Amino acid sequence: MQPTSHAFKQNVHRALGDADLQKSLAFFKAGFAVKRDEAAARLPEFEALRDTGIAIKKHVLAHLDFYLERFATNVEKAGGQVHWCSTPDDGRKAVLEILRTYGATTATKSKSMVAEEMGINEFLEENGIEPVETDLGEYIVQLAHEKPSHILAPAIHKTKDQVADLFLARHKTKRLTEATDMVAEARQFLRPRYLAAGAGITGANFLIAETGSIILVTNEGNAELTQILPKVHIVLATVEKVIPTLDDASTFLRLLARSATGQEFGTYTTLATGPRRAGDPDGPEAFHVILLDNGRTKILNSEFREILRCIKCGACMNACPVYGTVGGHAYGWVYPGPIGAALAPNLIGLEEARHLPNASTFCGRCESVCPMRIPLPKLMRQWREQEHVKKLSASRYRWGLGLWAFAAKRPTLYAMGARAGSRILRCFGASRGRFASLPLAGGWTATRDFPAPEGTTFRTAWARRGRSG
Amino acid sequence: MAEKKPRVGLFVTCLVDLFRPTIGFAAVKLIEDAGCTVEVPSQQTCCGQPAYNSGARQHTKDIARLVIALFEGFDYVVAPSGSCGGMIKAHYPELFADEPAWHARAEALAAKTHELVSFLVDVRGMKNVAARYDGVVTYHDSCSGLRELKVHGQPRALLGTVQGLTLKELPNANVCCGFGGTFCIKYPEISTRMVSDKVADIAGTGADTLLAGDLGCLMNMAGRLSREGRKVKARHVAEVLAGMGDRPAIGEPVKKR
Repeated sequence: MQPTSHAFKQNVHRALGDADLQKSLAFFKAGFAVKRDEAAARLPEFEALRDTGIAIKKHVLAHLDFYLERFATNVEKAGGQVHWCSTPDDGRKAVLEILRTYGATTATKSKSMVAEEMGINEFLEENGIEPVETDLGEYIVQLAHEKPSHILAPAIHKTKDQVADLFLARHKTKRLTEATDMVAEARQFLRPRYLAAGAGITGANFLIAETGSIILVTNEGNAELTQILPKVHIVLATVEKVIPTLDDASTFLRLLARSATGQEFGTYTTLATGPRRAGDPDGPEAFHVILLDNGRTKILNSEFREILRCIKCGACMNACPVYGTVGGHAYGWVYPGPIGAALAPNLIGLEEARHLPNASTFCGRCESVCPMRIPLPKLMRQWREQEHVKKLSASRYRWGLGLWAFAAKRPTLYAMGARAGSRILRCFGASRGRFASLPLAGGWTATRDFPAPEGTTFRTAWARRGRSG
Repeated sequence: MAEKKPRVGLFVTCLVDLFRPTIGFAAVKLIEDAGCTVEVPSQQTCCGQPAYNSGARQHTKDIARLVIALFEGFDYVVAPSGSCGGMIKAHYPELFADEPAWHARAEALAAKTHELVSFLVDVRGMKNVAARYDGVVTYHDSCSGLRELKVHGQPRALLGTVQGLTLKELPNANVCCGFGGTFCIKYPEISTRMVSDKVADIAGTGADTLLAGDLGCLMNMAGRLSREGRKVKARHVAEVLAGMGDRPAIGEPVKKR
């Protein structure tokens, strides 16, 4: 996927003017985030569960090589194969080779953000293989020739009306108005595709080192049909998804569902271990895991390591007021919202992604709901520090900041400036108490009045009372 | 013998100093009512947040060193702002993680630094105020105070003792108003939409006054309220608690005397 993060401001402008998107976002803001808070409040041990989860993740990240090798060994013991891939390109090639081996011309897919990271759909199409999205949101996004705008709810930016139009164009039945009817129609159209698929491609929520299993959580059951029915099951996963044991998985599954959607547990939670065994009633003939690094081991050894604790629940974007205002596409790459702002510069470069860590008020709501307590504002600030050091921000802004900092370190000069500033502003703004426009503050006064100062600085007034400290 | 009163250093904050001294005087009154003496070091400038959040770590550290040196001699440091209070309390120690001597000083300062209203209630045990404000108010929880310093129940508890005042809770009170310091200048379009949503929520309560604990957020919301022609006044919570709610509100003209 070609990032458009550098054009963040233009993306934002478009998003704010998109009435359908704004309608969808208004609905979204009142949904997941509220349900998450309610679910967290209902579970007395929720905070303790977070601590347990974090401890497990810290341990895994400190011994990542050990657990990955253990996972790979156990996948092979169960009859599967692991493909170690450094780059998305390595991953794409490995997938294609498997598909060619099995003569697959279509592949069903359940939702996977790693697949987006690898740009797998475009690649398969270029190579004559049709990818069929089976997650309802991904299916909608595929029909619209778009990308997911949310890591959990890919089509959260679409209104029901827009979906109705897309379905009508594709399914050529009558135009539906009820969501339940649309879901039923999509199911009906997808069912034969599952049966005809030459391969099933899924992501993985967790990789279990002790058993070589993968865990998938969905609310639609589509991942189950994707992995069980075709001859070959291909799993796309990044290296940080590995956890030690099934016991550990129970901790994360409880955290994941509550943090993501406020559910106690995902509707479908499925473990897959290797291909079909003798005597199994169903299952694929072959089981392949594409284990992708794509920069994760570099992140592991950097000041951004905490990102790798992420369990991809989406709680940070559900809670983020900026995401809720502009939607996911404005971020211009695979992972939007606060986690995207912290992660993207690692993967697509700071020059491309520099707006993302800047476009935050540091309100801290993301960190407060992150089940892994990833210090997202801190990580975004670290990017701002790199941007400052590399002088990537606008020179006008850096000059202004430098001038201000020069004064802030010189109390006498600063006090003089403050006194003069308050007096001048008061002089011009006293009659109305506010400014409708102000030089150098156009970004503010275009849409907000600027309150005028009371007229003298506090410290001057305080000194006049003869009570200076 | 009467116990010696604690000495409080008032961290005025650069915004209050420049724009709204009333908040500073309200803070002084409340801290004195809580049994403390107040001093205002005249050499203070800013907590350093504009530099910190712009990634200018060296500038931030230089400014933080000045603040630490200026305030470390007090029994307590109090700021009428969750944002600046949070900067000193939550971020100064982290800033000096690699300088043990300064880190210890930053930790010591952080331990005795408080946001104004939480200082009154949590540290000084203030249960009520002697103030009157005839009106319906709504309260916005500014982000840093709420999440970094856990300021939530304290202002509500004290507001509950102000005579004549009715508090109507603001829907989405824990959602950012879109100020975000330099954010509102760097991304004015996003900021405007956020503050417009906030103003709609405020108007929806039917309150005649908006209160909050941070002047930056208040200037943002007051500026949007008046631009939309809404008649809601905006004040710092300390003004009402200190019985100074009769002064012109934020963005209102000074009355001719």
